[in-house]
Amino acid sequence: MSATVGPVAINTFREAVRDRVLYNLVLFALLMIGAAILVGEISIGIERLVIINLGLTAISVFGLVMAIFIGVGLVYKEIEKRTLYSLLAKPIRRWEFLVGKYAGLLLTLAVNTAFMTLGLAAALFYVGWRFERSDTSILVAIYFILLEFALVTALALFFSCFTTPMLSTLYTLGIYITGVFADDIRAVGDFTRNPAVLGVTRAIYYVVPNFHNFNAISMAAHGNAIPFTLFWQNTLYAALYVAVLLLAASAVFSRRNLK
Amino acid sequence: MNAMSTPAIEILGLTKDFPVGFWRPRMRRSLDSLSFQVDEGEVFGFLGPNGAGKTTTMKLLMGLIFPTSGTARVRGRSIDDVEMHREIGYLPEQPYFYDYLTARELLDYYARFSNYSAAERRERVEKFLERVGLAAAGDVQLRKFSKGMLQRAGIAQAILHDPPVVILDEPMSGLDPVGRREVRDIILELKKQGRTVFFSTHILSDAEMLCDRVAVLAGGKLQGVGAPGAIVAIKAPAMEILFEAREGRALPAGLAERATRIGGRCRVEVPEEGLYAALEQLRGCEARILSVSPVHPTLEDYFFRLVGGTAVSRGLEEISR
Amino acid sequence: MSNPSQTRALWVAVAGVPLLFAAIAALQVKIDAGTRAYTPESEELLLRSGTALKKMSLGYDSLLADIYWTRAVQYYGNRAGIDGAKFDLLWPLLDIATTLDPKLIIAYRFGAIFLSEPPPAGAGRPDLAIELVKRGIAENPEQWHLNADLGFLYYWRMKDYPNAAAAYLDGSKNPKAPVWLKLMAARITEKGGSLETSRMIWSQIYETSQDKIVREKAMETLRGLRAQEDEAQLDQLAQEYQNRFGHFPASASDLRTGGLLREIPEDPAGNPYVFGKDGKSRLDPRSPIVIPPPLSPPPEATN
Ligand SMILES: Nc1ncnc2c1ncn2[C@@H]1O[C@H](COP(=O)(O)OP(=O)(O)O)[C@@H](O)[C@H]1O
Ligand SMILES: [Mg+2]
Repeated sequence: MSATVGPVAINTFREAVRDRVLYNLVLFALLMIGAAILVGEISIGIERLVIINLGLTAISVFGLVMAIFIGVGLVYKEIEKRTLYSLLAKPIRRWEFLVGKYAGLLLTLAVNTAFMTLGLAAALFYVGWRFERSDTSILVAIYFILLEFALVTALALFFSCFTTPMLSTLYTLGIYITGVFADDIRAVGDFTRNPAVLGVTRAIYYVVPNFHNFNAISMAAHGNAIPFTLFWQNTLYAALYVAVLLLAASAVFSRRNLK
Repeated sequence: MNAMSTPAIEILGLTKDFPVGFWRPRMRRSLDSLSFQVDEGEVFGFLGPNGAGKTTTMKLLMGLIFPTSGTARVRGRSIDDVEMHREIGYLPEQPYFYDYLTARELLDYYARFSNYSAAERRERVEKFLERVGLAAAGDVQLRKFSKGMLQRAGIAQAILHDPPVVILDEPMSGLDPVGRREVRDIILELKKQGRTVFFSTHILSDAEMLCDRVAVLAGGKLQGVGAPGAIVAIKAPAMEILFEAREGRALPAGLAERATRIGGRCRVEVPEEGLYAALEQLRGCEARILSVSPVHPTLEDYFFRLVGGTAVSRGLEEISR
Repeated sequence: MSNPSQTRALWVAVAGVPLLFAAIAALQVKIDAGTRAYTPESEELLLRSGTALKKMSLGYDSLLADIYWTRAVQYYGNRAGIDGAKFDLLWPLLDIATTLDPKLIIAYRFGAIFLSEPPPAGAGRPDLAIELVKRGIAENPEQWHLNADLGFLYYWRMKDYPNAAAAYLDGSKNPKAPVWLKLMAARITEKGGSLETSRMIWSQIYETSQDKIVREKAMETLRGLRAQEDEAQLDQLAQEYQNRFGHFPASASDLRTGGLLREIPEDPAGNPYVFGKDGKSRLDPRSPIVIPPPLSPPPEATN
């Protein structure tokens, strides 16, 4: 399996790396982290807090933009440009192709995030920061952001297996936003105490990916330790959800007639 | 079953319906219980006008689309078996590749799906770049490639892993005469190596020159399978005469109804054996002969007649033996 | 139609997807149980200024207000009833929600309850509750409910009878306001801090509220008030009993055998009252009735 998934992943990574849009995005995110230093200087005493907050938010937002916008084109573009035809003529299964595309984009996002993390560290050193034990929570927060990317990428890939990038973007964004506010949606249901509404909001809460789980930015900014249970629970949560999406995507895509 | 007797490609009642229409899709049959087989070591031409279903057949063989009914086997293996792809090379119609890669990177990428060592892979990539005449363009990004160069890159990736069966969808299209000639040479070389080549075309001369056998497809139905000579035989050679009729002189019966008028001039097409008789008739009415030239029926003409119906049905019976 | 590998993929998906979803939901339950325990005490709001948020909301301010209001409800719900819980963000959340959407009546009315309830049921900040409701009145002068809420807050939480009366009187000037607001204003001016006044206020709350929890709370308080009234009367009867028989009644049934009552006195939940050695009546310890904390002596009434 890895013999076929690996090359597809690396090629996907190469495509992203050779795209100029990527560099603009990374540059923009780094600028934003830089700007955090300025904001931090204005608000005396909380430089560290502001830089970590803004820095992690920038990493998260730009990664999500990339995950969605590259993710929705992963499969669609290969079908539309018919580059997939000569690839699928090789001994590769369709699900291996999907997993390879997925892994490639995830690799791209991980490498990007690594660069931006270095940028964040540089900004923190600039304001006179020494690495402390409690700062491991920043790394954990970044790890959670990566898990979030893994989920969003899988969503985008799933939709791109059967619809246009435009609609895929819409669906992915819709589910992402629902997932971010899953807690609030549930709270609304609990608040109304209407059994029908409650049923719907509870169902939404447990079915959509609950992105709230992965938000550890404020914990990291305050230097609060992130419990180890949350670490592995989130890892497992993301792994399970990605498995569902890739499984469903494979089932859909394996049956699809290519134009 | 004896290995020698296993056909390279067996097509068994392949049928494909496509949904047409946006709001209430209905199914339209694009391929109708197609059955024939391509033998090991043959160069086999797949002929038919545009929309006949050639590309559809090849995509079904490659597992890019799935049949409504029927199946096919390649060297005895079902087309659902992914291992079958180790033994087959495929050039899609109007191929397009990752345009951010160079030709060298593209071939290297595809070579990774066969189990070659890194050194073997490099060697192979160079060899096949050379073979399709892209050695000099190996480091150029594919986005800068012309249509002909893409076609060559496509052929290189199809034969890169030495597959015993090669499927080429319109391999000559988009190529200049030199390019066509090179593709013909490659096909003949593959044949010499004992490989099976199954290619589609609508250029009759290519088929005549290369193929051991051809299949003719029209409207999704097989019209016949046979040696290309059979097709050449049904090509009725004709002569075209351009002339100016003399004022006040009526054209003789038999010519008058067949002539078409273009301004003051007339054009008439006659069978080769009737040329002199026709010229005699024209002299009789003092027409001025402007030109006499042979009509080369294009394959399009041939297919037009084929689809149009009756004229060639005799020819068809001939080739379906 | 479909080949074996497609069929396999389909079956794996049909079987696997629901299973995986079940596992995901189970895990989410676990995560939720965990996060409640380690939600950091000092959460923060990056932006505390509702006006700044309003500018940034690009016209979606009322949607954003709903989101902040839901946040506030959730924030309150996660803490209410837990001993030692802090409600530090409750006010900023309500502040932002009502700045973003000044017409969000529900946020004023329930926000005031969340803020004014004494801990652990609420933040124990009636002062902030009053500020919130006053803002609501300024933005929504037609909402006489808010005036009634303000009157209640002054009366019940602050024991500030003149302001309570003024609030009810203000509300009664609204032509749509029911007449009891005016009555309430008069009553409070006349007899602030009396049980009757309290009972009237709670009865009105019980009758006018649509919310089940608020109604339950009002009913509970009304029963408590009744018990309080009963106890005062029983104490008088016990004194009379002592005068007649030379000792205090030992139980409620003594009052009947002594000929002072026709029936054994019971609290609103149906439990007979009990008597202490000092002759004071009390609720049966098993009774669910809770007597509200005493209002008297009202600070204003003493001088
Ligand atoms: N994806 C598709 N959807 C609908 N109709 C299709 C599709 N692909 C091919 N067809 C139809 O099938 C017929 C055969 O097409 P094709 O195989 O491309 O012909 P050829 O390659 O012989 O020119 C045509 O009528 C074409 O319109
Ligand atoms: Mg075609």
